[in-house]
Amino acid sequence: MAPELSVKQKDYRSNSLWRLTLRRICKQRSAIIGLTLLGILILTAIFAPLIASYDPEKVLIGVEDIKKRQAPCIHVLGCPEDEPQHIMGTDGNVRDEFSRVIYGSRLSLLVGFSTVGFAITVGTLLGAVAGYLGGWVDNVIMRLLDVLMAFPSLLLAIAIVSVLGPGLQNALLAIAIVSIPIYARVVRASVLSVKEQAYVSASKALGASHFHILVRRILPNSIPPLIVQGTLGVGTAILDAAALSFLGLGAQPPTPEWGTMLGSERNQVFTAPHLVFFPGIAIMLTVLAFNLMGDGLRDAIDPRLSQDVKTG
Amino acid sequence: MTQYTIRRLLLAIPVLLGILIVTFALARMIPGDPCKAMLGEKATVQVCERFNEQYGLNKPIPVQFWIYMKDIVRGDFGESIRFSRPVTTILIERLPTTIELGSIALFLAILIGIPAGVISALRRNSIMDVVVMVGANMGVSMPVYWLGLMLAYLFALKFKGTPFWLPPTGRISAGLVAVPFYEVFGWEVQAETLKYHFLEFFANLYIFNSIITGDWEVLKDAVQHLILPSMALSTISLAIIARMTRSSMLEVLQQDYVRTARAKGLMERKVIMKHAFRNALLPVVTIIGLQVGTLFAGAVLTESIFGLAGVGRMLFEAITARDFPIIQGFTIVIAAGYVFVNLIVDLSYVFIDPRIRLE
Repeated sequence: MAPELSVKQKDYRSNSLWRLTLRRICKQRSAIIGLTLLGILILTAIFAPLIASYDPEKVLIGVEDIKKRQAPCIHVLGCPEDEPQHIMGTDGNVRDEFSRVIYGSRLSLLVGFSTVGFAITVGTLLGAVAGYLGGWVDNVIMRLLDVLMAFPSLLLAIAIVSVLGPGLQNALLAIAIVSIPIYARVVRASVLSVKEQAYVSASKALGASHFHILVRRILPNSIPPLIVQGTLGVGTAILDAAALSFLGLGAQPPTPEWGTMLGSERNQVFTAPHLVFFPGIAIMLTVLAFNLMGDGLRDAIDPRLSQDVKTG
Repeated sequence: MTQYTIRRLLLAIPVLLGILIVTFALARMIPGDPCKAMLGEKATVQVCERFNEQYGLNKPIPVQFWIYMKDIVRGDFGESIRFSRPVTTILIERLPTTIELGSIALFLAILIGIPAGVISALRRNSIMDVVVMVGANMGVSMPVYWLGLMLAYLFALKFKGTPFWLPPTGRISAGLVAVPFYEVFGWEVQAETLKYHFLEFFANLYIFNSIITGDWEVLKDAVQHLILPSMALSTISLAIIARMTRSSMLEVLQQDYVRTARAKGLMERKVIMKHAFRNALLPVVTIIGLQVGTLFAGAVLTESIFGLAGVGRMLFEAITARDFPIIQGFTIVIAAGYVFVNLIVDLSYVFIDPRIRLE
């Protein structure tokens, strides 16, 4: 008897939702590209001091014989050996642009994860309460969120930052606040869809508390859509944070933040295009990584689309 | 249908009221004294008292809100603190720029995005599909302002002296004047009347104005000035629309009725256009409606890069200068426009899909 049971157990385990999902993710081209990009990004952020050749905030006047907004100089590509090498040139304050771009990855990841983490926490709470309790509580919460959603998100974020005052922390808070409604909606929708299921009623009949039913029986259903939405949300958050910084409302100089770097050199785009080009590329690749990941995850989790993969 | 429309309009009232409260509250919560912001740090207490009285800023907040509500119902958004001019007048000056920019951007996004998505779905996994999807993925990941700056660099600097050169700033070249159509037609209009504002609004839509007055030089110039900003602004929406069209088409193409249509020997073009595309359109229209918000937000950035005096840039400047009346008035108009567009989108479902009965 015993060996038979273990075989069954093995079968059961190999077909668990997570394993299945993981296997599907590995079949998604976009997810793999996204994951690779993200991996490179995380490694860059961790090993920034090793990759960057200069201190990102160090002004090189008097240290090297170099002018401000110097074009990129790469020795391998024919830049004279006697000139100091700056892969992405120097910025308006004679700092090494490459080092600043590299260090910028730390801030961007921090921005993405912290805002989405905050928004998911608050959004889940609101959405779960609204969906589970229903009635007037649901109405009040959802109408409030409707009001938040009636504003274009960046405009609302700008308004919130002006109330709180410019700065990275306040910008993060503003972006987190404006992205709450979407997570609340995702959670509410999945709560509504399983609230009346037999297994929830069974749990109720067994005398489980509301908290237990909500956390153990209902909320696990909203994890997959939340992961997908969250991954895509990180990209949006990074993009919005960079936009706020670009407008001078987010990270303040000399912090190496991509949006701030772009914003402070925007008027030099005709004379020193490299100072606009590289931070922008960095933002795009980072956001792209999260978007590809999110798309791949969605295709892997959504059973309708997986069928589509089989037949198509 | 009429009943549904009325109910939806009524349902929009609490949302609009909420928007009103939120903007009013946010505008009051912005730290700093509007008096000091306007008249400088050295403004004396007496001067500030007079200033606050003039703008009603010395009254209790609930009273200010009540007065504000009463004025808004009458279409009066108050007077800008910074410019000492009615907010409505400023809005009429600025809104056409943004509407022109936004609608051309949206038009571009739809015109390119939908066919790209359809072709991508029909030629799934082909080179074409890969190119469209890679482009769309990059499009949604790009910062609007970065793309704008790069386009300006490419078209205004690198293409200088070629026929591809495009101007990087402004709405119209210096020296050119877009003569309002009512002047061309010789209409007598008194300044500062409702009729004047109404006509002025349309006259400020340069493309519209130059077409009906037949001023081709201004038209060409205005279009040239609009190409770069609207290209930059449309990218994200274009990418989103292309992606949505593709996935929606893919889903519909697998339906039984598409197979039936093919089986009964219909021409492929008919199968695609009548049976598949029309059914795939619904989610695409929803997404298009949501783009209006994206475009307004993008307008803040695009307008500031391309030196366009539109609503987005004005609003950003007003926020930094604590010009409450402008912040409130502009935000309400934008949010109300957003709510209104999405209402139209919901109503349009009936025309796209006759099975939907809105009750």
